[in-house]
Amino acid sequence: MVDVTHGVAAPVPAAEVGDVELYHPRSWVTKYVFSQDAKVIAIQYSLTALSIGLVALVLSWLMRMQLGFPGLLSFIDADRYYQFITMHGMIMVIYLLTALFLGGFGNYLIPLMLGARDMVFPYVNMLSYWVYLLAVLVLVAGFFVPGGPTGAGWTLYPPQAILDHTPGHQWGIIVMLVSLMLFIIGFTMGGLNYVVTVLQGRTRGMTLMRMPLTVWGIFTATVMALLAFPALFAGSIMMLLDRLLGTSFFMPSIVSMGEQLKYGGGSPILFQHLFWFFGHPEVYIVALPAFGIVSDLISTHARKNIFGYRMMVWAIVAIGALSFVVWAHHMYVSGMNPAFGFFFATTTLIIAIPTAIKVYNWVLTLWRGDIHFTVPMLFALGFIVTFVNGGLTGLFLGNVVVDVPLSDTMFVVAHFHMVMGIAPIMVIFGAIYHWYPKLTGRMLDDALGKLHFWVTFVGAYAIFFPMHYVGLLGVPRRYYEMGQTAFVPSSEHTLNEFITVAALIVGAAQLVFLFNLFWSLRHGRPSGGNPWRATTLEWQTPTTPPPHGNWGKELPVVYRWAYDYSVPGAAEDFLPQNQPPTPQTP
Amino acid sequence: MSAIVIFMALIAAIAFWWLSRQRLTAKPWLEVGVIGDDIGGGRPPTWPKAKIGLSVFLAVAGSLFALLVSAYSMRMAMADWRTLPVPAVLWLNTILLILASIALQTAVVAGRREDFGGVRSTLLVAYVSSLAFLAGQLLAWRQLVASGYFAAENPANAFFYLITAIHGLHVLGGLVALSRTTARVFDEPRTPLPQTIGELRLSVQLCAIYWHFLLLVWLILFSFLMHWANDFVSFCRAALS
Repeated sequence: MVDVTHGVAAPVPAAEVGDVELYHPRSWVTKYVFSQDAKVIAIQYSLTALSIGLVALVLSWLMRMQLGFPGLLSFIDADRYYQFITMHGMIMVIYLLTALFLGGFGNYLIPLMLGARDMVFPYVNMLSYWVYLLAVLVLVAGFFVPGGPTGAGWTLYPPQAILDHTPGHQWGIIVMLVSLMLFIIGFTMGGLNYVVTVLQGRTRGMTLMRMPLTVWGIFTATVMALLAFPALFAGSIMMLLDRLLGTSFFMPSIVSMGEQLKYGGGSPILFQHLFWFFGHPEVYIVALPAFGIVSDLISTHARKNIFGYRMMVWAIVAIGALSFVVWAHHMYVSGMNPAFGFFFATTTLIIAIPTAIKVYNWVLTLWRGDIHFTVPMLFALGFIVTFVNGGLTGLFLGNVVVDVPLSDTMFVVAHFHMVMGIAPIMVIFGAIYHWYPKLTGRMLDDALGKLHFWVTFVGAYAIFFPMHYVGLLGVPRRYYEMGQTAFVPSSEHTLNEFITVAALIVGAAQLVFLFNLFWSLRHGRPSGGNPWRATTLEWQTPTTPPPHGNWGKELPVVYRWAYDYSVPGAAEDFLPQNQPPTPQTP
Repeated sequence: MSAIVIFMALIAAIAFWWLSRQRLTAKPWLEVGVIGDDIGGGRPPTWPKAKIGLSVFLAVAGSLFALLVSAYSMRMAMADWRTLPVPAVLWLNTILLILASIALQTAVVAGRREDFGGVRSTLLVAYVSSLAFLAGQLLAWRQLVASGYFAAENPANAFFYLITAIHGLHVLGGLVALSRTTARVFDEPRTPLPQTIGELRLSVQLCAIYWHFLLLVWLILFSFLMHWANDFVSFCRAALS
């Protein structure tokens, strides 16, 4: 640390980047539709992801109606139910969460937080969105093709995914696989941008260890996604060939309805390996941006520096690396060698260490902080609670002996919804309430926001807490209806009705949020440039919302880390990253 | 899945090597002022961004090929594996791809000497030999189909077609970039303006890097298709146990 200059009063001249470097839009179409501005692309990504997410929300209502009140909606037959499950899972995990965190928040926040004018390859960035949109449209087309979308479950396990009698085996599975491949191609284009921008686009003084944790989270998640998505890509191509050309990558010899099928020699387990080699990192691809964002929300709204910044960075990197060696914990019941199970259980439990470090650091950041119960803060607190909750049941399921009886029960459903459904969604909401003023120059309505939070938070518990219990009773997941079983008491059905009612209420609360988004666009309170009095660069732009190019003539120069809140002796309770040091505050 | 695990370990080693040079042990809360480092310090970055972008892309493509090799070797390890005869034309194709790679490397060297006549001819050699490589791969397919080795017949055939097809598509994608580079070099006068020389050199260099990558991947895939690699793996296994 010899090159550190303490208390240098003279500000360093900013690196000026000529305006000519940027592509400037000349028409309405290039400004709002085929835009190369990362901020517009971010909004396009976010709106597309939220729209398709609404479809998945409606699907979850329909599933819950079937589980809580079987037969009430007569159009839900077993095939439809499986199609709803599949599409709900696939949309939520990939087309909503991944796209929103990386394509939405990544595009908006990386250039702004690093003091860059834009992503390094704006044209490729634009293509990324349009390929993503195409992927979404192909996915939606699945609802309209003959036979409907695939009903193979979001894991698309062969052989059943492409056998006759699985709903959507005609066209649905083809459309699904093509859509996934498009998504991966689009994501790779965007991901290259996010990574290279973090590596090359940082402004003067923005060292890696001065980056806000949001950028660290998105950066690490992008690297992981770039390395993990090829596994899904390879799996998708091979399954597509199995379906279309009759190859046997994954299809074993099968006798179906007394008839020998043309397949032979494929290995279904091979697909599971490929799928989960992608699927497990995917959990952290969603979680790491959430970890990063929530760190910034907590620090800003508790007016306190983040506790253990270095540990937070190391933990993010460690989680990213470890998440590549745990994939087979999704396959304990696939008949694999018990020695492998032991290895993967060990690595799975080791991940709990960096994760726990992060949780402790969030809690210690709150400790004796000046906590403002703003809506973003409420959602951040909601995240900590739900994430710890889901993480603890993860410790149950990570152990082979506990997992074997719980596998394929509603307990698993409750676990992953808590840890990678509710928890990241809490962060997404918190982040939208937090950054909406920067996007629009107006605040979201506070009262509606608090209503939205409390109904969502309490409602999520009302849905998923009982579900753990249902799972412990042994109720299997993926069942269209239970029928008569000796081991499930009739009171379980009452619980199911309760869960369904809670799910409908939580869903309705999201409509309040949507209303708030559009209503505040015009009627929200004007926010000014930095309503939360935050330190990071995106709040220091000369104008709000920031124009194309973000910074006017000069790029900001960074003099300090991102968490200078409540610094003793400072005039204000926050010091922006681009505020030059004065002799009083070394 | 050992191939992909080894690949990931390699990526992790590179990542940690890079991170270890990024002052990750710094205490940013104690450091106020402008800190000098490569990018944040305002010095021009040592690597052009296109080169970093390409390297990241190679990591992605490398991951895809490592996964294919993993799947292939996993399937091979099962008892009922039946190999298919590898057409002799693959040897010729391998030589063609090596030739393309050498030609592009020569183009890079020529570009460094500002000998743009040399760049032109070597780019053309690389272009033609890459096209010939693709034609040779198609020929190999036709020979296999003619002798009745269809993709749907058994997994060994399916893997052969899949792996060669994905590699071929990557060559095809590279050819798009190579055509653009070649067209640009031919558009410029034989002694280009000083400001365009840098850009031309970079384009040629990026093509060369990509071709070396494709060659490396092909040699690994070829060794698997020729079953040298699994002989090697079983030799290692025997040596370990």
